[in-house]
Amino acid sequence: MAFPEPRPQLPQLPQHLLKTLDCQQGAVRAVRFNADGNYLLSCGSDKSLKLWSASRGTLLKTYSGHGYEVLDADGSYDNSQLCSCSSDKTVILWDVATGQVTRKLRGHAGKVNCVQFNEEATVILSGSIDGTVRCWDTRSRRFEPIQVLDEARDGISSIKVAQHELLTGSVDGRVRRYDLRMGQLHVDFISSPITCVCFSQDGQCTLSSSLDSTVRLLDKSTGEMLGEYKGHKMKGYKLDCCLSSKDTHVLSCSEDGHVYCWDLVEGSLSLKLPVGKAVVQSLSFHPTETCLLTAMEGRVQVWGAEPEETEEDTVAT
Amino acid sequence: MASDSDSDEDFVSYGTPLEPLEEDEPLKKPVPLHEQTVKDEKGRYQRFHGAFTGGFSAGYFNTVGTKEGWAPSTFVSSRQQKAEKHHVRPEDFMDEEDFGEHGIAPKEITTSQEFSSGRRDEIREKARAVNAQAALIPGDTLLEELIAPARLSIGVELLRRMGWKEGQGVGPRVKRKARRQQTDGGSRVYGCVLPPAGSEDSEDQDDDEEFAPEDVTFAPKDETPVDFTPKVGVQGLGYRGLDPGMALLGRGAPEHIDLFRPQSEARSRLFGGAQRGSRRGGVAGQAFGVGAMEDDDDEEVYHRDSMSRYDTVLGGEEPGDGLYGWTAPQQYTKKRDASYLGKILEGFTLAQKPADEKTIFPPPDLPRDYRPVHHFRPSVDVSVLSGVSPALAEALRASRGHMVKEEEPQQGGRHQLDSGRRRTLLGEDALQGGVQGGRQISILINHIDQISIYQISPAGRSAVGGSASCGLQQDALAAWKGVQTSSQTFRPFEKNPSKQARYELYLNRLKQGDKDALEQSLDPAVTEWERSRERDEFVRASILYRPSSSSLSSRFTSARQQEDEDSVEVSRDQEGDVDDKQAAVNMKMFGKLTRETFEWHPDKLLCKRFNIPVPYPGSGVVGLPKVKRDKFSVFNFLTVTESRDSSAPPNPPEPGKRSRWDVSDQKKREEEAKKNDPLSELLSAARNQTETRLEQTSVSEPADFTEQEEEEEEEEEEESRPPMDLFKAIFAGSSDEKSSSSSEGDSNDEEDVKDAGEQPLNLFNVASSSVASSSAVASSSSAVSSSVEEEEEEEEEEFGPKLPPPSAASLSTEKGQFIIKRLS
Repeated sequence: MAFPEPRPQLPQLPQHLLKTLDCQQGAVRAVRFNADGNYLLSCGSDKSLKLWSASRGTLLKTYSGHGYEVLDADGSYDNSQLCSCSSDKTVILWDVATGQVTRKLRGHAGKVNCVQFNEEATVILSGSIDGTVRCWDTRSRRFEPIQVLDEARDGISSIKVAQHELLTGSVDGRVRRYDLRMGQLHVDFISSPITCVCFSQDGQCTLSSSLDSTVRLLDKSTGEMLGEYKGHKMKGYKLDCCLSSKDTHVLSCSEDGHVYCWDLVEGSLSLKLPVGKAVVQSLSFHPTETCLLTAMEGRVQVWGAEPEETEEDTVAT
Repeated sequence: MASDSDSDEDFVSYGTPLEPLEEDEPLKKPVPLHEQTVKDEKGRYQRFHGAFTGGFSAGYFNTVGTKEGWAPSTFVSSRQQKAEKHHVRPEDFMDEEDFGEHGIAPKEITTSQEFSSGRRDEIREKARAVNAQAALIPGDTLLEELIAPARLSIGVELLRRMGWKEGQGVGPRVKRKARRQQTDGGSRVYGCVLPPAGSEDSEDQDDDEEFAPEDVTFAPKDETPVDFTPKVGVQGLGYRGLDPGMALLGRGAPEHIDLFRPQSEARSRLFGGAQRGSRRGGVAGQAFGVGAMEDDDDEEVYHRDSMSRYDTVLGGEEPGDGLYGWTAPQQYTKKRDASYLGKILEGFTLAQKPADEKTIFPPPDLPRDYRPVHHFRPSVDVSVLSGVSPALAEALRASRGHMVKEEEPQQGGRHQLDSGRRRTLLGEDALQGGVQGGRQISILINHIDQISIYQISPAGRSAVGGSASCGLQQDALAAWKGVQTSSQTFRPFEKNPSKQARYELYLNRLKQGDKDALEQSLDPAVTEWERSRERDEFVRASILYRPSSSSLSSRFTSARQQEDEDSVEVSRDQEGDVDDKQAAVNMKMFGKLTRETFEWHPDKLLCKRFNIPVPYPGSGVVGLPKVKRDKFSVFNFLTVTESRDSSAPPNPPEPGKRSRWDVSDQKKREEEAKKNDPLSELLSAARNQTETRLEQTSVSEPADFTEQEEEEEEEEEEESRPPMDLFKAIFAGSSDEKSSSSSEGDSNDEEDVKDAGEQPLNLFNVASSSVASSSAVASSSSAVSSSVEEEEEEEEEEFGPKLPPPSAASLSTEKGQFIIKRLS
């Protein structure tokens, strides 16, 4: 007796505000989930990096040691280490539990825009405004980077790592993909300065948002454009974009205080999430669930698919 | 081995049996590890040395690890005891275990399987013995007991039980008659020994005619007995040398009875076979032909086997008459229609003339430098000319391609020739007065003359006239005449040694003041147009790299490492034209047009950290592969102020590139500035003008005449001095028009300065009204714009996309106050 398959549930969107965290660290420059999505990191303009519990919204740890505002952060796969980069031209590797600086990596000539661990947290990759990507070794005590990728002709605004591939977006309007296994560098010309790049979860596509208020989905292997998403406003600020956890939707920050959410295939706007009046600076999608983090000014907001009525009620009462 | 008496005599038990378990017995304590010891027969503890290093007994009487373990036997002088030989046998190093029942050298007498009977069932043997005693012939099994065979495989044993004998085939029995028919084509056999033929020859070959009973069947003989003749001698396999015994007696030395050699005479005699013809004397073998003593001439000595010995039928009848196969004699196959005989359909005859052979045209020859891969990289062929500076290469190419690849000048396909050279090849007349290239040069010379670039050389100006190359030659002569320094500073044709040698010869002649230095130093072997091209190259090179005056050069010593100073590292693969990509982006044609792929070498350690194999093992390169390219460029000679690295990489940022990330801001700023300042209006007007002019030059004319006409235009416009654009058009090619700006620093402040930089640079400080005014405009406007910017952004210089304003602090404080208010 074969029952018919249950109809696939429509992909849900994080449209209900679950929590608002007032980070108390100036403007939140970036907000990131950790590898499993249980914790979140907020990078503040007051030189501090904070670790929060995503489910309870409590502050777990504050990491201070940067000399200027923190611009990006990432957590290792085993949650034992954090890395963060800052306008003070340094990249810091943190020990999560003790909050101590494990290593402070100097070498960039300008402020460091983005930082990322590789899969095994053996290498930290940082992209700076000086146009270089530096690969730092976390295993050895060397203070020089393993390799400096200086192919970009302008500042690096975003960097992502997936397995053996390195995706960088640069202000010179090019998305570069370094394939370490093949030993090849693929350069895709977008012409407008890139603010954020992403890999899709299946690793077949790249997403890049640029300052012409467009998010483009490119085929990774050929560079052909698969989708173009417009409607938001991204003219001057370095704002984030991302894909949902199941690659169903494309999300992007906007300068008009909304998060725009497009259907990936159809390209139609499926949700315009009002976050606030100011610029939505950063966003991060939960690696597995339908959960979204947005950062606007000093607040981080957690959005989910289902309204969390119980806690809301208890808070209200 | 212990076998019980009656009940289970089949079982053989080793070791001590476990004690029977009792149900209500308490569980025994496991023996702790230190009590698990092994003792030998005498109660001594045995040490375990490891499973593969001796087990429990290692060394001579288990002496490994002890004090006397492996102690060498003490040296005993053999002086007195020479006769007594000291023998060391392997048994000396064995202990009693090795000699024991399960040791490696058992001393006890045990049964060996080799000689045991095939069956070991004692009971049945007993029974058979009893049966034998009771049988008709007593002692039937005695023979078998006496000579028990060696062990046989079960398959052989089974076959034997079924009545099979060795040397006999397996299968249904056959009648003799049927088999005879197959072998009837029987061979005429000559010679002393026949090659061992398979199944068909047997002892009963001859005498079966008389003895062929109907009802007797024979076992098939599909098993060929193997001829185990040992190979003696050093001849090749299958070679049979002369048999001297055969030659002398007509019969070999008394052969032993060879049962296996099928055709051996002795064997046939043994089986009573009739003698087949009398044997003749004489020498036969592979080494000799027909001897003089041979009376039988038609005997085939060399060709022993006949066609009938081969199985000629394979799946059907042969074509033709079936007399011969494909190995038919030559005259047989020559007759064409033989194979058609009897096969021609009615109403058809064979053609008298053979059908026309199909002419097969060979595929066209590919050019030698043809590569089946097309790269959309316009800069690739520039790298071929790495011996010469890129600017020079561009210049030479721009002037009607008088310098293609130097390595193989004549190999270039016809597509590499331009119209002028093709005309030269075809011998057509030039369009208007001289070769077009010459005309080009003359125009160039006019300009050069006008800007008096040769003012340094005193005789330079006088020479310009009729033929361009002639004038240039004069220049070169003037430049090089009397130069005594023999140190060759620049070798433009290093890739081609013979050409370089010719060039040096030419230079030497120039130094001596030889008038027709050029003609003498050219290679007389090459074609005319090639020579003319080389002539041009030499003249140009000699002018470009002419020596500095001797008084000046005597003050300097040449550097040791010349190459390093004259070359810069440029990445090998350079990005293609940005204009095309921009167009593609505008048309949203992402993909091939916007993608470029480079070879990129990750660091070895990086690969290790990423846990992937190194993609280019063995290459020491990290990053993009670089090539050295010399830094000599025309601009190095023309401009003093320009920085070195700005001229090195020809990476032109296109004018559309000005629309940077902050283009909107910039425009806004401009607009604001426009409101404020009349000067900025002027600037924008000037910029528009240059843009339109650029467009004009690129769009309006057909491609072939663009540069030329442009030059003429410019000529008309500014008589006093040709603009920088012209030099760039000549020396740097069209794509370099925009490359004067420095590398993309991309600050807001630099933007306007850059725009100004795209105007013609005033390199020579020649007072030209328009240029001066524009530069003034540029400088002032940049100052204005920077001041505007300073007003706008007070904080710090910002690169790239900005971060949103951190208004959170104020907001939060407000909120905090608000909350406090509410609370209070």
